[in-house]
Amino acid sequence: MSAPATARPLAVGRVAGAGRLRAYAPWIAAALVLAALPHVIRTPVAVPVMNQMGIAIVFALSYNMLLGQGGMLSFGHAVYFGLGGFIAAHALNLAGRGGLYLPVPLVPLVGGLGGLLCAVVFGSFSTTRAGTVFAMISLGVGELMAASSLIFDRFFGGEEGITTNRAKAPLLFGLSFTRDREVYYLIAFWVLVAAAAMYAFSRTPIGRMANAVRDNPERAEFVGYSQRWVRYVSFCAAGLFAGIGGGLFAINYEILTAENMGLTASGAVLLMTYIGGIGSFVGPVLGAVVFTFLQSMLSDYTGIWLLYLGVLFLATVLFVPAGLAGLLMLHAPAWRARRLAGLIGPYLVAAAVALVAAAGIVGLLEMVHFVASAETTRATKRLFGISVAPRTLTPWLGFAALAVAGALGLRWAGPRAAAAFAEASRPDGRR
Amino acid sequence: MLQIAFFSVLNGLVYGMLLFMLSSGLTLIFGMMGVLNFAHAGFYMLGAYFAYTMGLYLGFWPALVLAPLLVGLAGALVERCGLRRVHRFGHVAELIFTFGVALVIEEAVALLWGRPAKTYEVPTLLDFPLFRVFGSSFPAYKAFMLLVAVAIFLFIFAILTRTRAGLIIQASLTHPGMVAMLGHNVPRVFMVVFGIGSALAGLAGVIAGPVLGTFPGMAQVLGSIVFVVVVIGGLGSLTGAFVASLLIGIVQTFAVALDVSVGNVLMAAGVPSAASAALHDVWKVTIAQVAPIMPFLLLIVVLMVRPTGLFGTRES
Amino acid sequence: MTPAIALVDVHKAFGATPIIRGVNLEIEPGTRQALIGPNGAGKSTLFNLMTGKYPVSSGRIRLKGEDVTGRRPYEINRRGLSRSFQVTNIFPWLSVFENVRCGVLWSLGYRYSFWHRVDNARDVQARTEAVLEQLNLAGRRHVPAGVLSYAEQRALEIGITIAGGADVILLDEPTSGMSRSETEHVVQLIREVTAGKTLLMVEHDMGVVFDLADRIAVLVYGEVIAHDTPERIRASAAVQEAYLGVPQPAA
Repeated sequence: MSAPATARPLAVGRVAGAGRLRAYAPWIAAALVLAALPHVIRTPVAVPVMNQMGIAIVFALSYNMLLGQGGMLSFGHAVYFGLGGFIAAHALNLAGRGGLYLPVPLVPLVGGLGGLLCAVVFGSFSTTRAGTVFAMISLGVGELMAASSLIFDRFFGGEEGITTNRAKAPLLFGLSFTRDREVYYLIAFWVLVAAAAMYAFSRTPIGRMANAVRDNPERAEFVGYSQRWVRYVSFCAAGLFAGIGGGLFAINYEILTAENMGLTASGAVLLMTYIGGIGSFVGPVLGAVVFTFLQSMLSDYTGIWLLYLGVLFLATVLFVPAGLAGLLMLHAPAWRARRLAGLIGPYLVAAAVALVAAAGIVGLLEMVHFVASAETTRATKRLFGISVAPRTLTPWLGFAALAVAGALGLRWAGPRAAAAFAEASRPDGRR
Repeated sequence: MLQIAFFSVLNGLVYGMLLFMLSSGLTLIFGMMGVLNFAHAGFYMLGAYFAYTMGLYLGFWPALVLAPLLVGLAGALVERCGLRRVHRFGHVAELIFTFGVALVIEEAVALLWGRPAKTYEVPTLLDFPLFRVFGSSFPAYKAFMLLVAVAIFLFIFAILTRTRAGLIIQASLTHPGMVAMLGHNVPRVFMVVFGIGSALAGLAGVIAGPVLGTFPGMAQVLGSIVFVVVVIGGLGSLTGAFVASLLIGIVQTFAVALDVSVGNVLMAAGVPSAASAALHDVWKVTIAQVAPIMPFLLLIVVLMVRPTGLFGTRES
Repeated sequence: MTPAIALVDVHKAFGATPIIRGVNLEIEPGTRQALIGPNGAGKSTLFNLMTGKYPVSSGRIRLKGEDVTGRRPYEINRRGLSRSFQVTNIFPWLSVFENVRCGVLWSLGYRYSFWHRVDNARDVQARTEAVLEQLNLAGRRHVPAGVLSYAEQRALEIGITIAGGADVILLDEPTSGMSRSETEHVVQLIREVTAGKTLLMVEHDMGVVFDLADRIAVLVYGEVIAHDTPERIRASAAVQEAYLGVPQPAA
């Protein structure tokens, strides 16, 4: 039996009854935060990015039903996201023509049903085996759908894709969704509903057995559960929620193309879910937020943002397999012992030094990009707010020095931070 | 018709042998280490780009030898510094890791060489038609590709079956634990095999670059097909990789050449034409359009019916 | 009375190697029986055949009168047969509580439900708590099972096996690797949890065997050479020869 890719959280049996308000508190808090966000962050680009994040959150959470909860690595999950989106777009177009009463708020439901249907069909043969075979089948299905999109151009709209218009749909309670902010509240609503549903799913018998089948599929069979059926039900549920994400995408962007179903999209959700941490429920949420943020912010400043994300991903796989959420949860003992304050100093120092090293490396890479791309005959480039001339030697030496200094500094500051962490996490009662 | 058939077979053979060069390394790595190397096609791409750059300064022929060596070294490095660490987390983690490596390789190549395709050209020595038949010519370079691929196949076969090192590798394929107990440095064997597999992929890139194009997306284009070949042939089986490569190579080449629609086929078989709009998309689909999907359809069918592949003995 | 388990002329070969060479065995319901034999006799293989892990090469297996030959492990388990493993086979990253709960869920009828919440299911909670009490692991309920001590894991192994209330229990070397005191605890546990049920266990510790078993079956080279009360097995020349090579003078 092979070890899991991450550290597992302590599975705590929940107490019903008296703890009910405490159980619902995080959800209420999340709802309040989501409602307040567009008023707090008022930059013009904020709401579109937050919409993007919301869609990514639903997609990543649905993906983690497979990877983190079920131990199933899929390279083709975007198929259900995309197909859900396409079906939702077509339904919305039909509604716009008056052929169907489908107000915009219900469109994600259609997307979800579409995703579910496709998962039922494809899952019937995808889930017979787990592990590498499952991953390969998912890859095959993904590539199959991507290639089929050019054939069935009525459904997929060929190379231009399918467009839709949320302004033409019938109204529900008179609510229109023409502006970004209105779409934001719709997406926020569905994010809460979908996340709550997925969380609830993880607390059902099938959700618990999905964990068991992930950890020891053989033993699960000997307590009466067919591992194949457990995987199939999980797979269908994951497809349902991916489809909801696709429906939200259709509403927000009003266009779906074959790329939304392809390996790039499937790879992106794998990246964001893993970076966030597949061992906990909030991990994928964290990963989706960070990934979307980096993707939208970084791409304004650098053409090689995907390289940075790839390196971040590799670093996570190699050094922090529990992801960001796992990293945060490692500090739980220190939090409980109220010894987090002692970490601030060493962590800040280590972070500062790491930042210096990162600045050096990023500077070098950006200059390589500048020189190698040959897209411009300019002599200078703005890096970190200063103008550098990549075709001269000085900036190279400068950034290399930064990188080396930072690396050396990390060799000193890193162990100190680790020691501080060990000290803070030490169980009480022993000094 | 005969012309199409003849050249399809020849081109299919060339394409199939190229697929074999790629899939042989992949299936060996899987057979030995249990990891399906997502980055394998990335090493193929590195081979093409290394050869292109070396070719600019040293010429094609030195690059033909040096580029694969460099790629092999890169592969060994990836194994030593990365894969070995992730190994203890299980196969899923290894797969995720190699996926990340593939992504970084692709982005690094785009960074260093740019996104537009490179004009990596066939060496002038081989840039002539080998023979003319049925009114079309067959380029000598493709014959060269075939030659190299066959030579590689014989080389691998000879090493695996006739040398001591090959014996150890074969044993490690099924019983790595026992081989370690017998005193062999199994991690080093793994690293060497990974390096050689990557070097083979790189060699495939060196040769295929001029014909299939040298651009950062070239890994993705072939990557999936190579997986399909390896899985259909049987994970860990060299014979399976060989048979599946030729099968897919020839079938795909034939399919692309045939400009016949599904409707034509069905009508020829005596099925009455259904002109309804619903079937319209399927009806007018040509075999050529279906060609890119066929390997994946085959993959799914094989995985459902016989998860160990045609010749394989292990699923994962 | 219908035997709890009946093996009828069961053969099993792996490739060309026969391991089980024609076993006929009937286990009476409500009895505690032991399966003993020298190493390599095929005891674990027999367990694997009975529980559906391996298919038989020929022969039939009946559980409480019903033919279950060729059925999948979960189908056999649902019909009331549960087994433990010689090499601890728990869910290492789930808590102790969750481990036992996994054994409980199907038997209480929850199946693949996604409309019940396990946290609110009182019958699941109650049954899991009861089993934890019996195992003496109630205080460790939130600990990930993988960090338990070896003896605790073996106890958990048994706990998962009996949690579903199966009436035919197969235990594969439950006391292997245990100290004297740990063994005593486990024997007491086994006695408690198998009260009123049918037990068949593979064991090497003869003290445990003679302590617990009503009848003993001896498996040698894939054949049952004796199936009798402990006293007669002890005195049997054939059994002595199988274990020691030569028949022993009567003690």
